[in-house]
Formats: sequence, structure tokens, C-alpha cells
Amino acid sequence: MNFPSGAKSHQPRTEQIILFRISGQTFAISSSSVQEVRSVDNIEGMARDLPESHLRKVRHSIRRGDRTLYIVNAAIHFGLQPQSASLVFFLRRTRTALLIDGIEKMTTMTHLQALSLAFQGEERNWYRGLTALDQAVIPVVHPEGFLSLEELTLLESAQFSADARLAAKENPGAYAQ
Amino acid sequence: MTSAHESGLQSFVLLRLGERRFALPASQVAELVAPSRIFRFPHKSVALEGVILRRGRMIAVCDVAEQLTGKRLDTRRFNLLATRKYGHQLDWIAIPVSGECELITVDMVPAGANDSPYVEGWLSHGGEVIEVLRLSALTPGPAETTLPAPLHEFAEARS
Repeated sequence: MNFPSGAKSHQPRTEQIILFRISGQTFAISSSSVQEVRSVDNIEGMARDLPESHLRKVRHSIRRGDRTLYIVNAAIHFGLQPQSASLVFFLRRTRTALLIDGIEKMTTMTHLQALSLAFQGEERNWYRGLTALDQAVIPVVHPEGFLSLEELTLLESAQFSADARLAAKENPGAYAQ
Repeated sequence: MTSAHESGLQSFVLLRLGERRFALPASQVAELVAPSRIFRFPHKSVALEGVILRRGRMIAVCDVAEQLTGKRLDTRRFNLLATRKYGHQLDWIAIPVSGECELITVDMVPAGANDSPYVEGWLSHGGEVIEVLRLSALTPGPAETTLPAPLHEFAEARS
């Protein structure tokens, strides 16, 4: 008697991730969350200053199509000593462009463990969980965890001021009347 | 024959933190393991040092010595792996200890109103009066448990 070939397989679900470095610390992000990777040199001309930003981790924004993305210094976000970032991750379905030091590799994770409930700080928003790769523990970041709604509101206001200032500079007559 | 349960006796694990001994209900203790590499990553939970990797499970490390004895441990001989229960969820925690542990079966006197919140009760053993620790009050944890939504999307997520 033949058993149906569809006998339950217990293959673990896997997820493609990118391992990246920030100030000597390795993090992981789902590769499906990264829309584009660019070098910092490549976007320098396109970044706009946000002088009135109250967030130390965000000093610039960048226009992508009809959306404004905020360039987040990941080192400052995580409370690490900032080093010179070389790459930017444009994160899908967020308004975050993330400054990172470099990419280590792309790999696959088969297991994501929830953060222990002992962790009760902001890290619960920062990370989806932890994964173990080659006998090392890597935090897997949450793409939406870099900017909270409150922070986005503050940034929008700073962006509005920056845009108004730029418009006044370009067209002084409009404000003279 | 009277079982420990019938007589009101309970099993406890005695652990050493510096000069003092404390107890944990044996039902909450999973394992005593040699210290291993602590993996550190950015977080804001000051009581935690990082996590250790034990049989594929990542376990938060919380040194409770300073809180209990006023001094950090000079030497860590083992990590005591214990569990805390939040609703239906079991959460593991690693507690560095400075000496061998001992399993005893005794009666516990429940804590009084004047005892610290982390004291579950008291027991008497070998001429010593020993505090039984309430881990959920001693180590950081949630008031109520909710798993972050993104974890439900991943088949292998577990606590």
C-alpha cells in the first residue's frame, strides 16, 4: 500500500535576513523589509537638512517619489557610539532610511525567539526577537521600530518648517508683502 | 507513608550569593549550568546583562546579588536557570550564583505583610533562616503579558 506523498513534512519555515553592522554590533533585518540599499555618498546630494529636528538621531530627510523619508542614525537610535556610516537601508512600508556601517552577509534564519519578558524597555519596540546563528545571538530589528508615531509627528513639523524656510529663501517676495 | 505534598513540605533549591543563601521553589528551577558567554546587544532594561544561549534557547541574564546583598558577585560559579510564569507563558531567566546549590524539602513559613515584595516566605535549614525568593518581584517582567504582534507571523517564534 502506498501512502500519499503529501505526508506532513516538518520543514521549518525560513526567512531571508541581512546581517548588518552598527558600531561593531551585529543586527539582522528581514531582507523583505529592505527596499533598497544605497551608499551614503550616493544620497548626499539629495539629503535635506532638518535644522529644527528635536531628534538627535534624525538630522536629514530625503525625498523619494511623493514621500519624505527620515534618515535615522541607527547608532544613536540604539545608544551606541556613532561611527561613520557607509550605507543607507530604505525600509519598505516605513518612512525610515537607516544609516548603517556595513553589511556582513545575507543568510537564512529558521528560528526567531521572542524577547524574554524580562526585557521591558524600548527594546520591545526595537526588536522582533532574537535569532541564533553560528552559536551567536543576533537581535532581529523591527523595521517600524526606528520611528514612533510621536517622533514622526515631530519630524513632520520640523520638515514643514524646513520647507517653509527654503521657500522663503527661494522666493523672498512672497513673504515681503 | 506520607508524601511531601500531603504533609505540606515543599522542595526548594538553596542558592548562594556571596556570603548569603537564598531559596527558590524547586518547581521554578530548571537547571544549574556553568557560566557561558553572555551575548550583549543594545537594550534599556538596566537589570539585565544580556542573554546566554542554552540548548538553542536564548535566556536573559539577571544578576540579583546586588539587590539582595548590596554587593555584586565577585565570582560566578554557575548560572541557575529558573522559570517565571506569566499567564500561560513560561519565561526563563538565568541567575548567576557564587556556589553550589542544594535541594532540600522543608516547610515554608509564608511571608508577612512587612516583608519585601520579593520574599515569598521563610524557611529554616541548618541553623539558618533563609528567604524564599519570589522571582517575578525580584527580576524585571511585565505587569501583564502580551506578545508583540509580529511574532505571531513567524512559525518558529516561541518564548
